[in-house]
Amino acid sequence: MDVLDKIGKVVFTFVKYLSLVFFSFCAVLPVVSCVITAFKTDEEYHTTNVMTMPKSWLYFDNFIRAFKQAGMARAFANSLIILVCVLFFSVMIGTQLAYVLNRFKFFGNTIIRALFLFATQLPGVAMQIAVYEIMYKLGFINSLMGYIIMMCGTDIISIYIYIQFFENISYSLDESAIIDGASYFTIFYKILFPLLKPAIVTSCILKGVGTYNEYYCASLYLQDKTKYATVATSLYTFVGPLGSEYNLICAGVIISLLPAFLVFVLCQKQIYSGLTVGAVKG
Amino acid sequence: MKYIGDRKFVGLKNYIKVFQRDDCFDALKLSLYYMLGSVVQLSLALYLATILSFKVKGGNIFKGFMFFPFLINGIAIGFIFKFFYTRGFVFDTVLQWCGFKLDNLPYWLRDQSINNFSLVGTSVWRYFGQNMVLFIGAIMSVDSELYEAAMLDGANKFQQFKYIIVPSIKTIITLNVILSITGSLSAFEPPYVITSGANGTGTYFVVMHEIAHTQQKVGLASAMAIVLLLIIFIVTIFQKLFFKYVFKNSEDEDPRAEVRRQRAIKRSIKRQQRLSAAGGK
Repeated sequence: MDVLDKIGKVVFTFVKYLSLVFFSFCAVLPVVSCVITAFKTDEEYHTTNVMTMPKSWLYFDNFIRAFKQAGMARAFANSLIILVCVLFFSVMIGTQLAYVLNRFKFFGNTIIRALFLFATQLPGVAMQIAVYEIMYKLGFINSLMGYIIMMCGTDIISIYIYIQFFENISYSLDESAIIDGASYFTIFYKILFPLLKPAIVTSCILKGVGTYNEYYCASLYLQDKTKYATVATSLYTFVGPLGSEYNLICAGVIISLLPAFLVFVLCQKQIYSGLTVGAVKG
Repeated sequence: MKYIGDRKFVGLKNYIKVFQRDDCFDALKLSLYYMLGSVVQLSLALYLATILSFKVKGGNIFKGFMFFPFLINGIAIGFIFKFFYTRGFVFDTVLQWCGFKLDNLPYWLRDQSINNFSLVGTSVWRYFGQNMVLFIGAIMSVDSELYEAAMLDGANKFQQFKYIIVPSIKTIITLNVILSITGSLSAFEPPYVITSGANGTGTYFVVMHEIAHTQQKVGLASAMAIVLLLIIFIVTIFQKLFFKYVFKNSEDEDPRAEVRRQRAIKRSIKRQQRLSAAGGK
């Protein structure tokens, strides 16, 4: 029995690591092949197989060319503006909404929550037909501000993160503040808002990555691709004339990945926990 | 892109047209590929989550590798996979390492018999890590004493999986199944960014997007959106009822199992009494 047990354990460990390595390989392969190709000169790209290593890992010409060609300086500036505004306003709106929904009982509280749940079920692409008409009437096509306002719209997952966090903050804090004569606004900004910090960080990271990666609405509403391109839509530059210059395209793709990659490396824990909280609650 | 012309009330004409046009409902058939993909995706995620929730060296690194695709923006994914599937490029090269011949390989994005599978593959690639992280989170919240008790009772890893992990995270699995089936009805991104719906890869939403924003038949497209929403709601309700029914059955089994266990205990006690009585003689 002991021998069998041991064999079983060895086999289990083997299968365990084999599958982990295999699927990690699958997950990484497409991106790694892009990184490899991004470092190749034109000549190298045309003569060697895609999976052979580049001659030099210090050949950055493709990155510089891609950066210039796609107008990425502009795109990064736009993305930064959008990101800062969207995060600021969605944190403001989201935390206040969660405060009201969690701390006050009023007619319609459950209805609002139910509507949010309902809204998560609607596929975004289908909604954009109606939203487009609204945006068009408001004159928000080709306007950074219009796009920002649309993206600020309540983000249900972060509201759930806030609500869950509020549930763990004791009511006695509010009560003692009320006894001391604080208004609801003071309670919210002086007491509860600072306590919410971990939840705000988590939801900002999730919302930030989401906003940074958003391309469907960006390409729909920010149609002027030179003036209003975001990082994601600036990649569209490579669609037409450079159809098969993949060393250049890959360099562009890698540049656009870098910010998300950095955030991921630095804030893995928050991303994982934020995802789990949002999904379990939603 | 502008919306031209005055509004005119046309009654149900647009809705009727949705059912009459061939391209709308043919496109819905493609969802079957995506449903298949989501089955693969969820079982893969569950398998890897289970492995990673046991002790694994470098578990965090593996987790990170598999999760990262989720954070890549859609257009970059489009380029990455156009590159990946191009004839003689990454995927073909890797398959050649495994001993396949280039001449026998299909054109992954052009061959109509295979291109939908290629697209579904990209969607699985992108999302299985995220599902895995969700499942890991759920598995971690299972009381670890349960595993210890099971180990003491001599349960192996598979039994632990079947009798502890799966029942404890039933809710989140159900939720993900429901989400992924409605998700596959509204599949949009992979065909939109990789093939733009060419060669028979246009899903319902790709067709709808085309009708709304290129052909500018906004009314028809809106009708399509509403029809699909209704379908999604019906499917969701059916699934919820289905899962309720399934779980109710499994709960029904529990009391019977309890009775059986009690009987077994009584029997063993009797046997022991008989044995000890026999020993006494």
